[in-house]
Amino acid sequence: MSATAMHERSLAGLSAALTAKEISSVELTQLFLARVHAAQGLNAFITVDEAFSLAQARMADTRITQGDKTPLLGIPLAHKDIFVTEGMRTTCGSRMLEHYVSPFDAHVIGEFKRTGAVLLGKCNMDEFAMGSSNENSYFGPVRNPWNHALVPGGSSGGSAAAVAARIAPAATGTDTGGSIRQPAALTGICGIKPTYGLVSRYGMVAYASSLDQGGPLARSAEDLSVLLNVMAGFDERDSTSLDHPKEDYRAHLSMSLQGVRIGLPREYFGEGLSPDVARAIEAAIAEYRKLGATIVEISLPASKHAVPAYYVIAPAEASSNLARFDGVRYGHRAAEYKDLQEMYKKSRAEGFGAEVKRRILIGTYVLSHGYYDAYYIKAQKIRRLIADDFRAAFAHCDVILGPTTPSVAFPIGSKASDPVQMYLTDIYTTAINLAGLPAMSIPCGFGEGGMPVGLQLIGNYLSEGKMLGIAHQYQLATDWHLRMPA
Amino acid sequence: MALNLDAVKRAAHLARLEISATEAQATLTQLGAVFDLIEQMQAINTDDIEPMAHGFDVSQRLRTDEVTHTDQRDAFQASAPSVARGLYLVPKVIE
Repeated sequence: MSATAMHERSLAGLSAALTAKEISSVELTQLFLARVHAAQGLNAFITVDEAFSLAQARMADTRITQGDKTPLLGIPLAHKDIFVTEGMRTTCGSRMLEHYVSPFDAHVIGEFKRTGAVLLGKCNMDEFAMGSSNENSYFGPVRNPWNHALVPGGSSGGSAAAVAARIAPAATGTDTGGSIRQPAALTGICGIKPTYGLVSRYGMVAYASSLDQGGPLARSAEDLSVLLNVMAGFDERDSTSLDHPKEDYRAHLSMSLQGVRIGLPREYFGEGLSPDVARAIEAAIAEYRKLGATIVEISLPASKHAVPAYYVIAPAEASSNLARFDGVRYGHRAAEYKDLQEMYKKSRAEGFGAEVKRRILIGTYVLSHGYYDAYYIKAQKIRRLIADDFRAAFAHCDVILGPTTPSVAFPIGSKASDPVQMYLTDIYTTAINLAGLPAMSIPCGFGEGGMPVGLQLIGNYLSEGKMLGIAHQYQLATDWHLRMPA
Repeated sequence: MALNLDAVKRAAHLARLEISATEAQATLTQLGAVFDLIEQMQAINTDDIEPMAHGFDVSQRLRTDEVTHTDQRDAFQASAPSVARGLYLVPKVIE
């Protein structure tokens, strides 16, 4: 029997191994904990609690022995440290929450607990999910497993690095302006940002509430569908949760690409796109053509304004959301202060890092008297233009295809002192969040320095099943998703 | 709408962020570049466009007015920096 190493198996493969008693959940968890330990140099995790994980694994083993075949039962998963977990600290990558232990589980954590998945650890991330390189974490930068001198992307950089390095079978992340798709692209794995409202935000530390959306990161579209089956679903505790019936996202995997119309937005292939990324995307388009899809050209004229509009709307919402960190109810409190005002100011100045403060200041400014219409309302009008573009485009195609990022992973430190350069790495991803659409990134080749390139698929509202099917069909014909760092 | 040092200090005050004079100066330089990017929005004609606050134009979901949560004060105060007898302790605000 040709035994594929456990850390190279799909989620379905791991489930089969557990059901067949080839390995126990405790053994599987120990195996991945050992891999996490060996790969400490990546700094992909903020918190790992072996006793916590193994207790969950023992419970899973009991259920497996009783004949329980729930998907994901007994499989260790890593979670972005933005999902609050009862009994284990949740830092959100910030000094502000360095010692915070939530009294409840996030919806997503609760759903995985119910299915019997094992919590392998909490992944490193840009502080409060603000960043595109994972250099903004209070707990230090995460390194790209393909080249340790490069960033893994952000803000779900720890989750992406863990999956890419095969130290976690899969992970969760959140995406406000590209924070699942961009790190997935830069580390050669898959990630999906579902339709806004599909995955409950309950217990997901808020950054920009009208844009934030949780989703999975994994090695294949098939694995993503297994994870999304658990994560998606109505939750009355999230006021913007969609009352949409549960779907089986695996049902679409075997779809045919014959007659599927793939739209190429001309704005996504112009100035700013690195030639190495363009080449890999062109090859993927050729592959889709070969597989029977029809390629149509579309236009998203307002999408080029997405970055400026995003960097008004997201900081505005952040400045309001992060007002809750006052040093009174939870989080960091300064050691010395003379009155309440000083206590607030010092606690927040000490607890937040530079990028978080920058965005709070931008948000406060654009919402302040005299600037509200010129910036905030203007950005919301552009948001509608962007959403209208997508609506018009989907009259002509089933899915939109383009690059996820303008270039492959960049060196740690190369953009850290220039916020605008960093923000521009999000040029192909922020428009999707502004419109509330689902989008995913899958690996489609390698560019400069042998670094992975991500292909972005953007779908219409609630078309996750179809998108996953379109991605899976590509992965049946190619093997980019099976490549892993040395 | 040029951003200046006073505007940075005022925003920091409104956001309750302590900021030193040197930090304010450095922040001004960085935010200046960010606002150059943001200003690009002004070139776009948005006359007669309705602002969009949300990806979906949905209305707020309502529920019946009934008790759904029990008291969890002790659990929530477990992570507070300073509490006594069920109260959050802060510096004196009333003389």
